[in-house]
Amino acid sequence: MSGHVEAGPTSTGTATAGLVPAVAAAGVTKRFAGGVVANDRVSFDARRGEVHALLGENGAGKTTLCNILTGLYRPDEGEVQVNGSPARLHSPHEAQRAGIFMVHQHLSLVDSLTVAENVVLGWSRHRGLRYSPRQVEAEIAEIAARYRMQVDPRARIWQLSLGERQRIDILKALYRDATILILDEPTTVLTPSETEQLFSSVREMVAAGRSVVFISHKLPEVLAIANRITILRKGRSVTTVDAAGVDARELARLMVGHDMPAGRVRRAANGSGAAPADQRGVLELESVCADGDFGVQVLRDVSLSVRPGEIVGIAGVAGNGQRELAEVIAGLRSHTRGTVRVDGSELRGGDPRAAINRGIAYVPEDRMGTGVSPSLSVTENLLLKSYRRDAPHAGPLLMMDRADTQSLALMEQFDIRTRGPHALVRQLSGGNVQKVVLARELSSQPRVLVAASPARGLDVGATEYVHGVLVDTARRGVGILLISEDLDEIVELSDRIAVLYEGRIVGIVDAAQASYEQLGMMMAGAA
Amino acid sequence: MNTDLIVAIVVSAIAYGTPLVLAGLGELLTERSGVLNLGVEGMMLMGAVTGFFVSQQLGGPGWAVLIVAMIVAAGAGGLMALIHAFLSITVRVNQIVSGLALTIFAGAVGLSSYVGQVWGIGGQHGLHQLNRVDLLGLGELPVVGPILFDQDPFVYLSWGLVVLVAWYLYRTRFGLYLRAVGESPRSADAMGINVTRYRYVHTVVGGALAGLGGAYFTLAIAPIWTDGLTAGAGWIAIALVIFAFWRPDVLLIGAYLFGALSSLGFTLQAHGVQMPSEFFSSLPYLMTVVVLAGASTTLARRRIGTPASLGVPYAREEG
Repeated sequence: MSGHVEAGPTSTGTATAGLVPAVAAAGVTKRFAGGVVANDRVSFDARRGEVHALLGENGAGKTTLCNILTGLYRPDEGEVQVNGSPARLHSPHEAQRAGIFMVHQHLSLVDSLTVAENVVLGWSRHRGLRYSPRQVEAEIAEIAARYRMQVDPRARIWQLSLGERQRIDILKALYRDATILILDEPTTVLTPSETEQLFSSVREMVAAGRSVVFISHKLPEVLAIANRITILRKGRSVTTVDAAGVDARELARLMVGHDMPAGRVRRAANGSGAAPADQRGVLELESVCADGDFGVQVLRDVSLSVRPGEIVGIAGVAGNGQRELAEVIAGLRSHTRGTVRVDGSELRGGDPRAAINRGIAYVPEDRMGTGVSPSLSVTENLLLKSYRRDAPHAGPLLMMDRADTQSLALMEQFDIRTRGPHALVRQLSGGNVQKVVLARELSSQPRVLVAASPARGLDVGATEYVHGVLVDTARRGVGILLISEDLDEIVELSDRIAVLYEGRIVGIVDAAQASYEQLGMMMAGAA
Repeated sequence: MNTDLIVAIVVSAIAYGTPLVLAGLGELLTERSGVLNLGVEGMMLMGAVTGFFVSQQLGGPGWAVLIVAMIVAAGAGGLMALIHAFLSITVRVNQIVSGLALTIFAGAVGLSSYVGQVWGIGGQHGLHQLNRVDLLGLGELPVVGPILFDQDPFVYLSWGLVVLVAWYLYRTRFGLYLRAVGESPRSADAMGINVTRYRYVHTVVGGALAGLGGAYFTLAIAPIWTDGLTAGAGWIAIALVIFAFWRPDVLLIGAYLFGALSSLGFTLQAHGVQMPSEFFSSLPYLMTVVVLAGASTTLARRRIGTPASLGVPYAREEG
């Protein structure tokens, strides 16, 4: 086939290329309910024939920005410009008419339809009522050949691998003559060889005059494919750099920021009183492997030990195995290989009650779903773990008066502010809900505490309180595994920091000496 | 069994199955858009009562009266469905609750019964009835004649609709979009398809077909009105959609199967076979239970193509 050398139908002469940006965000701000500012005066522009990378950690605002570019959200301030003039993008439809297409992180394909049916969904080259499968299938085969993609137009989506599905999403955009393609973390679901194929397709697309906005938090691939890079951090666009002029170290520094905000100190720097390094860990993981929800391996040979009184932080960008790691230790997910030991003896996988009995306390990331039962009262939630053993009971009957008395004591101890032990947990503020979880987990005298993003979404006061509880708990000799995407939190509280990247621990460093730059490099896979 | 008996069974299966085909096609379209409408029974009753009322009131040639009656019946069903659409699509209340509420509201002791009394049509003998039309003069042929060529216009209409719906679903862009909306409204929305509009249109059209199915009872089967005369046909239509794996062609066969079970008691009795008729009239419901139980396992749902977003409201900026 020699078809691939033809320029795409949208390729305009190269004379104007690069002068007027194909797409640009100018001072875009987006706020969500609850006061979260996902984008704060973000600006960037992508030229014709350019791969422009948006680089940032989770929560940096990349996905929100793309939802604005594709018309799913409307910006509260600022504007999107297409070919130099302001564009009204109030729906995905309008964005697509402007030539902007997104290949979503959560791919937007319909499982039960065929490849061809998905490609013509919402737009077809043929007007009129009829849909002719044969004709569309032929057209798809032609585009696939031009961009060297392997595609079976008749396959149903649910039969395809994630990498193949992504190819269909890209093909769909090309079928509609997309001039601007937004790829949202496209390599997450790809094998290395599929990534190579994707990159060569991307190069063909920009060679044909299209623009590609490439979203990622992985430094090596950004450096491999991008012409220019805009770094986003905490909702702001930090800077835009030429890919040729930077190295991974510089990018990592820009991505995670300089150092801890003023007024916060590293606990490790003051000598935290953890057990000496030679003492045996209260929680030990040895070569632990586990599969994710889709049966793909997500934890790879994780070995790690937490000593009594020690806080070990797990840093990493979300989706690198953190949730699965927490679930394995809490007994909610079976590991496929390796061993988990508590106090030197092995813990059976996939048995939450065994984990509880062995003294593992768990503060889950999903507070309202896994952490508490929102429609039950404070007292009932506090009883959830202890009903089997310590709850005040007379035969099979719970003695709720005495349970209320106990929970009043816990409410006082953990500063849970509500109208009483009968208040329903869903009526509580986020901070108070988290205190209920902590009160329940810590009142069982645990040996190990696994805390996943314990301060996420809490206000400053509640965050401080939760952090204080963690530090006190460690002081009493409990080993704590703190999993968080908030690097400041990790650095502030931990004695040691382990970085997870693609399910592996890529490094364990002493928190007192760890530099943000070094951690950022490891988190982005460049160490 | 002789040939006459078999022909009689098939003919009555078609008669009893036709309202199921109409209401079932309607529910199929509605469910394909991701909306579950449990108000079918109520919509059929409203179609039956309004259709009969109009046919009693209007003067003019019989065929014109009946056509107007059918249109009014469809309109009544569609209007009811519009309420369901507003509640479940715009306000996003629980679709099961909304549908059940409509069936109870319009049902045998509700609105349809009330308007029947107010209009005083209970006990009236119908002035018009849809008669059999001997198509192409082939009605006299043995066996196939009475089955294929000597039916009333409703039956021919239902056959046409089955073909039309199948063609619409699988060979038009709009049908493709409809399937996408029912499977994955988020993807459909991202593709620029107006999810709300698709759901409204197909819910209302579904209700109109249910109204038409109801009118078949009072305009064709027997031209009288009694409270709750659809006798659960709406529920069978809902079960039928699942039984048919959301496919119009299978639905036609299923409707006649259910129709045969409904009518088997009478038909056998008329031919001198003594069986308690209660046994046969309970069979469709028994089969409904069996089908529903079988189709609700997760494996079955995947394999038979339940619209993945069935019963789930869609809101863009959530989740």
